Amino acid sequence: MKQTLRTIYEKDATKKVLASLISILVGLFVGTIVVVLVGLSKDTITPRGIWDGVRLIFAGILSTGRNAAGNLTWGYNAQSLGNMLFRATPLIMTGLSVAVAYKTGLFNIGAPGQYLMGTMASLMLALGIPSETVPAGLIWVIAFLGGCLAGALWGAIPGMLKAFLNINEVLACIMTNWLAANIVTWAFDVSNFKNVVENTKAGYIYKTTFNGVATPKLGLDKLFPGSQINGGILIAIVIAIAMYILINKTTLGYQLKACGSNRHAARYAGINDKRNIVLSMAIAGALAGGGAALYWLSGNTEFYWSTYQSLPGTGFNGIPVALLAVNNPIAVIFTANFMAMLDIVGQQLTGYTAYNEYITDVIISVIVYLSAFSLVIRMMLTGKKKAGATNANAETGNKPSVSEDEKKGGGEA
Amino acid sequence: MTFLIQQTLLYAVPLMIVALAGVFAERSGIINLALEGIMIFGAFVGVLFVHTMQSVPLFLNAARSGNWLTLQGLELLAMLVAAALGAVFSLLLSFASINLRADQTIGGTALNLMAPALVLFLIRILVNQNTLMMKTGDAASWFMLKKSTFGIDKSTNIGFLGETFLNKVYLATYICILVFVVLSIVLYKTRFGLRLRACGENPQAADSLGINVYKMRYAGTTISGALAGMGGFVYALTTANCTANGDVAGFGFLALAVMIFGNWKPLNIAGASLLFGLFKCIAAAYSSIDLNGDGVFLLAELGISSHLYRMLPYLVTLAVLAFTSKKSRAPKAEGIPYDKGSR
Repeated sequence: MKQTLRTIYEKDATKKVLASLISILVGLFVGTIVVVLVGLSKDTITPRGIWDGVRLIFAGILSTGRNAAGNLTWGYNAQSLGNMLFRATPLIMTGLSVAVAYKTGLFNIGAPGQYLMGTMASLMLALGIPSETVPAGLIWVIAFLGGCLAGALWGAIPGMLKAFLNINEVLACIMTNWLAANIVTWAFDVSNFKNVVENTKAGYIYKTTFNGVATPKLGLDKLFPGSQINGGILIAIVIAIAMYILINKTTLGYQLKACGSNRHAARYAGINDKRNIVLSMAIAGALAGGGAALYWLSGNTEFYWSTYQSLPGTGFNGIPVALLAVNNPIAVIFTANFMAMLDIVGQQLTGYTAYNEYITDVIISVIVYLSAFSLVIRMMLTGKKKAGATNANAETGNKPSVSEDEKKGGGEA
Repeated sequence: MTFLIQQTLLYAVPLMIVALAGVFAERSGIINLALEGIMIFGAFVGVLFVHTMQSVPLFLNAARSGNWLTLQGLELLAMLVAAALGAVFSLLLSFASINLRADQTIGGTALNLMAPALVLFLIRILVNQNTLMMKTGDAASWFMLKKSTFGIDKSTNIGFLGETFLNKVYLATYICILVFVVLSIVLYKTRFGLRLRACGENPQAADSLGINVYKMRYAGTTISGALAGMGGFVYALTTANCTANGDVAGFGFLALAVMIFGNWKPLNIAGASLLFGLFKCIAAAYSSIDLNGDGVFLLAELGISSHLYRMLPYLVTLAVLAFTSKKSRAPKAEGIPYDKGSR
């Protein structure tokens, strides 16, 4: 028995999971410290308020509100769970987007822009095609594919800039993000999809249900009554599995990974590195755009169109989702749900305590910070510092080793 | 023309100083992607400092009686505080990337996520809204240097140079230019600067000559953090009316682009930031730019959508990067964690 446990512990995969769990725990712990410190420094927050805040951070998903006496009540909350799955849907997709690009050694910080372009395309298609003549189901499919395509095209731009002009993809992605934010605002500004029917919804785009288009619920709403859940989560899970197969079981996936570990060696082996870099970013973009389509086609959320000053958090949160999952597409499903859970926790904190939802963003950023050196954590778990250090660069194929290889390759060429 | 030059400077100077922040980090071998986050943090700290100090009788009375020297002192103090805490915040990046040899891109991204989250969390707790503003008055009435500040009547004309560089300007702008010049000289003409640059080019060689690479890299990122923090506050003071809302609209990343365009060299960066400042200024104020003073607002009357003007800085950045990236020469060892043991 002890032997089996030891072999499981010795496995690399176990270490990865443990490292991620440690990151999560430390993140939650730092969040707790912030909550306690802020609570102690503000006279308006009572010790009970602090205690409520701490409990919500760790178990907010199981909160059922406050009872008449003003105490927090706990229990199974179908609505929160359903909403968690609903919010996890686009996060799975943006997480996959970042993970797939990372396999090719690219840091896709452009997911917010791709997400926005996906939003624009899918909403315009879903609202623009008349549902009197075209069946709603077909419109849904067209809008979803349109969202994917728009994201793919937008993702391909930094990909091409990287492949052919050797522009740092991080910078190119940031610039295309802001361009996307402006383009989307511009496009909706001149469109006639702005909600003019409901007075309270000024500044928003019509829900897709105005055109009778909505993701089918597939009975999930019966399972989680009162929540926003729909069949999109199942589609996202299927896509995650498909991505796992693509990366691990196909030639294309192998080529993408080869370019990620060493672009020059891959080219030497006859792999078209430029094509693969563009393709990787296009796939990443399609995933982010598809995530946006799944979210907005749900038909129960409005899009605030004048977005040129802000980028969607869903896109950025794809980064922690992918990092926590160590870029494993299957693990992304779980980490995305964790992130969505934090989102719900943030709402509970805003609703029931003197704190606000931004504390969950602090937690997320701490988690990202820790995953930057998750290798060190993994090394500590192994206890073999020296051996770990030499493996470290070779094993992950992360940025430093890639650029080092590039330089060596450049010197030979 | 006066308006155009002043507005361009307002955007160009923070860009310039933050780009120099990037140079100090990258020249020592650390990619500082966290410039944006440190700016956000610095802006918040500086504005919070001003916000708090405004209830101190000394400054309150100074504002009432027009004692501008005291108020400029407050502005300088706020800049210093923003710089100091920016440096402290950047230690998070230094620790991860120097001591723990973490991936610098992810570490920087973490700081970029952390700064707005922390800042918005605190702002919401402090003032129960999403923007932290000055307690009383505005940036113009407290800190702006005007003709009346120097006891000159509003209607007297003090010449083109005077009107442009002494009327309706901020002292912070000139302090930043001064700091920029001094630090550029430090980087190129002192022993410290040479050692710092050596650590970004060939840390192994530097180490063999007895330079402590870790220390030098800490110095580089800490100076970088201080400059970015200060730049963030100056940006908030001069372009956002001394308010902080956890956002500097991608300014830190624009600064990175300016740094690459300027080829990691201060003089080129000064030029590049003027160019970018001009486009940023057109994007922000195209409708009130009157080039030759004949009352015709040319850019607004061209009938081009405001959306296009707002996209201009980013489009130009991409185009400029596309044309210069082939020639650009980054510090050789940037982004590679230094490991004493490796050859």
